[in-house]
Amino acid sequence: MAKLTFTKETYLQWFESMMLMRRFEEKSAQLYGQQKIKGFCHLYIGQEAVVAGTMSALQKDDRLITAYRDHAHALACGISARAVMAELYGKATGCSKGKGGSMHMFSKEHNFFGGHGIVGGQIPLGAGIAFADQYRGGKQVTVCYFGDGAMRQGALHETFNMAMLWKLPVIFVIENNGYAMGTSVERTSNVGELYKAGLAFDMPSFSVDGMKAESVHEAVAKAAERGRNGDGPTLLEIRTYRYRGHSMSDPAKYRTKEEVEAYKLQDPLEQVRTSILNKKWASAEDLDKIEENINNIVQDAVDFSENSPFPDESELFTDVYAEPNYPFIIE
Amino acid sequence: MRSIQFREALREALSEEMRRDESIFLMGEEVAEYNGAYKVSQGMLDEFGAKRIIDTPIAELGFAGIGVGAAMNGLRPIIEFMTFNFSLVAIDQVINAAAKMYSMSGGQFNIPMVFRGPTGSAGQLGAQHSQAFENWYANCPGLKVVVPSNPYDAKGLLKTAIRDNDPVIFMESEQMYGDKGEVPEEEYLIPIGVADVKRTGTHVTLVSFGKIMKVVLAAAEELAKEGIECEVIDLRTVRPIDYNTVIESVKKTNRLVIIEEAWPLASISSEITYMVQKNAFDYLDAPIRRITTQDVPLGYAPTLVQAFLPSIQKTVQTVKEVLYK
Ligand SMILES: Cc1ncc(C[n+]2csc(CCOP(=O)(O)OP(=O)(O)O)c2C)c(N)n1
Ligand SMILES: [Mg+2]
Repeated sequence: MAKLTFTKETYLQWFESMMLMRRFEEKSAQLYGQQKIKGFCHLYIGQEAVVAGTMSALQKDDRLITAYRDHAHALACGISARAVMAELYGKATGCSKGKGGSMHMFSKEHNFFGGHGIVGGQIPLGAGIAFADQYRGGKQVTVCYFGDGAMRQGALHETFNMAMLWKLPVIFVIENNGYAMGTSVERTSNVGELYKAGLAFDMPSFSVDGMKAESVHEAVAKAAERGRNGDGPTLLEIRTYRYRGHSMSDPAKYRTKEEVEAYKLQDPLEQVRTSILNKKWASAEDLDKIEENINNIVQDAVDFSENSPFPDESELFTDVYAEPNYPFIIE
Repeated sequence: MRSIQFREALREALSEEMRRDESIFLMGEEVAEYNGAYKVSQGMLDEFGAKRIIDTPIAELGFAGIGVGAAMNGLRPIIEFMTFNFSLVAIDQVINAAAKMYSMSGGQFNIPMVFRGPTGSAGQLGAQHSQAFENWYANCPGLKVVVPSNPYDAKGLLKTAIRDNDPVIFMESEQMYGDKGEVPEEEYLIPIGVADVKRTGTHVTLVSFGKIMKVVLAAAEELAKEGIECEVIDLRTVRPIDYNTVIESVKKTNRLVIIEEAWPLASISSEITYMVQKNAFDYLDAPIRRITTQDVPLGYAPTLVQAFLPSIQKTVQTVKEVLYK
């Protein structure tokens, strides 16, 4: 495939969606400090180009599934900032009715198959989603995201084997941000190049610069084409970085300030901004206006969440079984 | 006596036993360089080195099984699960290997190891991070299951668990690690399978274990203000269960309420209820009652968490009901 050229629209789309992820999560961090958001909360700041570059390369009915670091994925799939924020608040108006919280965003309507809390647990699920599309003769592909840490789960190896054996239309995306909690990639394997894990199964496997939306888009577009053509799965090791700690409680003492600063110099959002300005596709004022609009969307999501009710206690007994009158044990 | 945190009591037990016996090692996610996800193993890498305090990749099935294999070949592994929620990834090795090995091999390979970590919910963590596993593991012959409720018991029981020649599941709680309690400097051991009567009383017996003991003791305190004297029993281990202490207490109080954080079906409370009705039927003046969690996965919202868990208020209420007050 020839090298892709990207339009003004794509760049502006990236700018907007990445700006939304960034501002939304900065706000979330603040709200966590105010205890409006509870439990575990994992921020995606720094990794935005991975999701943005994937989404621009996909079609509307393609599917996504990821781990607990899922706010950006949920937003990029088209779930409203209101519904994602309300979920963080645990409100009944959230995209999982306040039952999931930060780690468990879901939207069937937006083909978002969820945020999952058990490391690696979503890897077989992603292949299964692709299996169903293949079974029905659909043309959709599934993007299944997981971390560098999740690479080490046995489920990954079992799934890779079957996905290749059955040529499932799935794109496995390792979001390699260098760390699994406090454990650096080097400390988890003697194979530092994570994409090589696919080679044992003859899976087309590549490493990708995750700080550049362009590189991500290109890699995903090729992988999606392979999937749609019936050529099976692809493994993409997308190299990225999380600026914040693993979760809100992690002071991240296992890495240096210099390391973090070095990555911030290649900030994915700033790279998109610079490209737009260099190409004169928009002025700084235009971009400020977009940013201002996004700030308003985020503030509106907060107001909406503040004014939404918590789920009623009776909601404990809804959505557990699809069967409407399941006889729960009630003391 | 000095007062130390639950996590410090665990750390002392681990360190003292590791100093005693070279064959003991601690393995799990973030136990070494990060000093433990909940700081239980703080400083232990410095003292014992990377050979004995071992960080693993996120690969529970693998490292649980490596622990069992090492135990078959003469070592005494301590495997930490960051939480028991993640032990589900490893449960095949815990049940099919660790628990059954001695029996399957006709008594040739015993498994002297400990699987430890927090169990149960810990605030608003959502369904996949909030499950209690005491009854799951207690169901399995070959395992012992220890669930301490305070720093003193945690230290004494963990030391015993490490010295035990069978596989022991040792369950803690994120919501107890910071709790302080009196722990003597001198060495002591607490036997597995012996309940502790935390409070004597004549009106009703309350039975619980682990983190929920805090709720039960607070409820007993409330009830005492109203003149209701509860006998409070901390089981401390749920396999084996000290049935006798419970039955003897019920013979005295004639009423029993069991409180636990677990789904109701086939829980520890179901089991105790069976044994008490079988052995003390004629002594009961009211049906045995229990307070469990609700029979559902735990959702994230605070309203759901609150309605899901046993509470002081639910305990007080239920006690009054068995007393027909
Ligand atoms: C099976 C399992 N083990 C352990 C954990 C605890 N845990 C949550 S996230 C995490 C690190 C995962 O790192 P990685 O896969 O690289 O994803 P990242 O957080 O960097 O996005 C760990 C150990 C878990 N949730 N599930
Ligand atoms: Mg990572």
